[in-house]
Amino acid sequence: MRRPSDLALPGLVTLLLLIGTALVLHRHWVYEVPLIYGETQTVWSLEARIEFTADGGPVKVSMARPAEQSDFTILRQSGASPGYGLNFIEGADPRAEWTVRAASGAQELYYQVDVLESDNWSGNNFPAPKIVSPDWQDPYRTAVLTVLEGAYNTSSDNFSFARELIKRFNQTDAPQHIRLLRRAFNGRMPNLMADILNEAQVPATVVYGLELEDGRRRQLLTPLLRVWQGGKSQIFRVSDSPDEELPLLLWEQRGAPVLDVIGGRDSRIRFSMIRREESTYSALTEHTDTGQSLLNFSIHSLPVEEQAMFKTILLLPVGALVVCILRILVGLRTSGTFMPVLFAVAFMQTSLGTGIVGFVLVVACGLFIRSYLSRLNLLLVARISAVIVTVIAIISLFSVLSYKLGMTEGLKIMFFPMVILAWTIERMSILWEEEGGKEVLIQGGGSLLTAALAYWAMQNPVVQHLTFNFMGVQFIIVGLIVMLGAYAGYRLSELRRFASFRQR
Amino acid sequence: MSRFIAPWTLRSYGILGINRRNSRYIARYNPRRLFPLVDNKLKTKLTVHPAGIPTPAPIGTVAEQSQVAGLSNLLEGHAGFAIKPSKGSGGKGIIVVTGRDGDEFIKASGARLTISDLRRDVSNILAGLYSLGGKPDVAIIEELIHADPRFDRFTVEGVPDIRVIVCRGFPVMAMMRLATHASDGKANLHQGAVGVGLDMATGRALNAVQFGQTVTQHPDTGQRLDELEVPDWDALLLMAARCYEVTGLGYLGTDIVIDRDKGPQLLELNARPGLAIQVANGAGLLPRLRRIDDLSDAELSAPAEERVRLSQSWFGSVEQTVQS
Repeated sequence: MRRPSDLALPGLVTLLLLIGTALVLHRHWVYEVPLIYGETQTVWSLEARIEFTADGGPVKVSMARPAEQSDFTILRQSGASPGYGLNFIEGADPRAEWTVRAASGAQELYYQVDVLESDNWSGNNFPAPKIVSPDWQDPYRTAVLTVLEGAYNTSSDNFSFARELIKRFNQTDAPQHIRLLRRAFNGRMPNLMADILNEAQVPATVVYGLELEDGRRRQLLTPLLRVWQGGKSQIFRVSDSPDEELPLLLWEQRGAPVLDVIGGRDSRIRFSMIRREESTYSALTEHTDTGQSLLNFSIHSLPVEEQAMFKTILLLPVGALVVCILRILVGLRTSGTFMPVLFAVAFMQTSLGTGIVGFVLVVACGLFIRSYLSRLNLLLVARISAVIVTVIAIISLFSVLSYKLGMTEGLKIMFFPMVILAWTIERMSILWEEEGGKEVLIQGGGSLLTAALAYWAMQNPVVQHLTFNFMGVQFIIVGLIVMLGAYAGYRLSELRRFASFRQR
Repeated sequence: MSRFIAPWTLRSYGILGINRRNSRYIARYNPRRLFPLVDNKLKTKLTVHPAGIPTPAPIGTVAEQSQVAGLSNLLEGHAGFAIKPSKGSGGKGIIVVTGRDGDEFIKASGARLTISDLRRDVSNILAGLYSLGGKPDVAIIEELIHADPRFDRFTVEGVPDIRVIVCRGFPVMAMMRLATHASDGKANLHQGAVGVGLDMATGRALNAVQFGQTVTQHPDTGQRLDELEVPDWDALLLMAARCYEVTGLGYLGTDIVIDRDKGPQLLELNARPGLAIQVANGAGLLPRLRRIDDLSDAELSAPAEERVRLSQSWFGSVEQTVQS
């Protein structure tokens, strides 16, 4: 007996696969997006979002924008600002200036720039700024001079002098005078160091850089120390966490203010960023895809902040596909159908090892506490709420504990979806009561295995590249999922389950 | 790889897999709108009752948390009873109390419960702990089923129940599930109950399994299982077959128990019956289901008695030889 849908289904699958492939090829050929990750150049799309409250009168906003520098080439830039006039002021100190005759209320301005990672820059260096001798007040003056003397004596030139200074301010067992300065200049450390260097007649200033990490939103600029020696200059990171080896883009290089708002108040600036792989050709031509063509089904016409969010969202179908394969073809039992995908997303923040260890620890502790709660005869909603609070307590405890033990990895446990963890604990606890610990291990292990495989698929750079750059891939995934949905054959687990038929 | 069986071998036995059951049988024969009828035991009871299909006598229902305090009044005068979540599945959340000792209630397994244990369980049921999707539920309290003494040596603790798969009104396969100590008095095969495949023609045992392995005697009582024979077999099949007309579900698992005094009672219906029945019978469902798939409209509209007779002639032990 054949139903009409028996025939419609292969048609639908073929159609989806064809549309998907066509879209992928279209985007590859017309927009020069490479199919294979690797033979490309890395382009960062950066977006600065300026927010302020206008006073009602004329407004002038001046923002520093990045200039050509040793690691990056500026490809293209644009600004969005309804009603404002926008000027890009070129020169040694490039800035963007928005102006309007009258504005009031909350204002939002956008500046977007694409930079190419390249190291073939041979521009001239900035000349050293004028040395401004600071005026020290008394309790600090002595402390400053002490640090200065120590750092000066143990260094040979301006650069090693700066390094010595930073080292002294970041040491954990700092002497009294350093602690005094640290307390007094808390939050203004780079400025303090620049001032100290100026005191010693070393040209130095505070510049601002952006640490580039794919998919970050609402980031702030990092203050950095720039020190000159003759005609050369070097950038120093002031913070004591040099473990982040992220690429650093200098947003402002001369010590001028990053943002200057006249006619407004409460101004602030936030940055979003996203990494893209583009072929050299496409990156170097002005081939922007701002959505003039309907066929260009890419989300790259969205603001960078939204794009960064979509980068994760577009990976979820891959996770769903993994779940489909494991459940329909393999027959793996998991606790909650798509819960493993959510944990896979969490694992992407924490890294797999930390994620799994954290998951097992939190669920084990949660089960223990939940077994006590079950003796109190609580109503279901109250009990789950109590488990949620418990999960938060466990996660806080583990964070503090791992931080004290010096394992900063453990801090990432915060990325776990807590409400879902609480539900998992509740389900597993009931499963334990009804089916015994073995079933909990089977389903918990199945969930972890699914999450690990989904994580493996989702963090794969090739997969990330394809899902983010090619909307057609989504059609192909749906096609595969529909195909799996029509699979009526045996599951791998059933070949085991019905193995007793072999002897008959 | 001795622990796996090749898919083509499995197919040659006509074993139905979960994927095929879901897409070809449940999705095709069971309209989604009819599911609440069987997912809610209270509704099932109310639906089959007018058609004269007997179910265990109700003691009462608890629908609100405020009624939980009055549980002891409700249970007054009932030594044995069963508490069930109306929307529960797979036997979850069911408590069978067989007797009392002072203030304590004695479960089928011999474990003792206090009234506050029962209140907690009822409260959990109402909160939706056992219901699909965690929706608020109702607790049903029914009179205890007294096992037919003929089955005494075939089971421990629980009452054995008979699962009959009914496809488009035709009973296609049946098994009896015998509780063991391993299954804690429950009749779920994956928890360790013994499944005995039954001859569709006679109701006699064909084959028995526990944990997927063939067994010849009950693991706890030592009773030879090939002596098992279900009394009133034709009447029982007729009852199962009639559930099709009453519910409209074309692929149905009916769970029937035999009460000492009242005879066959419908315990519950299942719109997603499991596949373990094939292991218990040592035979696949597919050849039988295909036969039903190919029936003409005239055959399908036959009365229940005729359908049972046809099923018995098609699927009885004479036809038991493997067809693929």
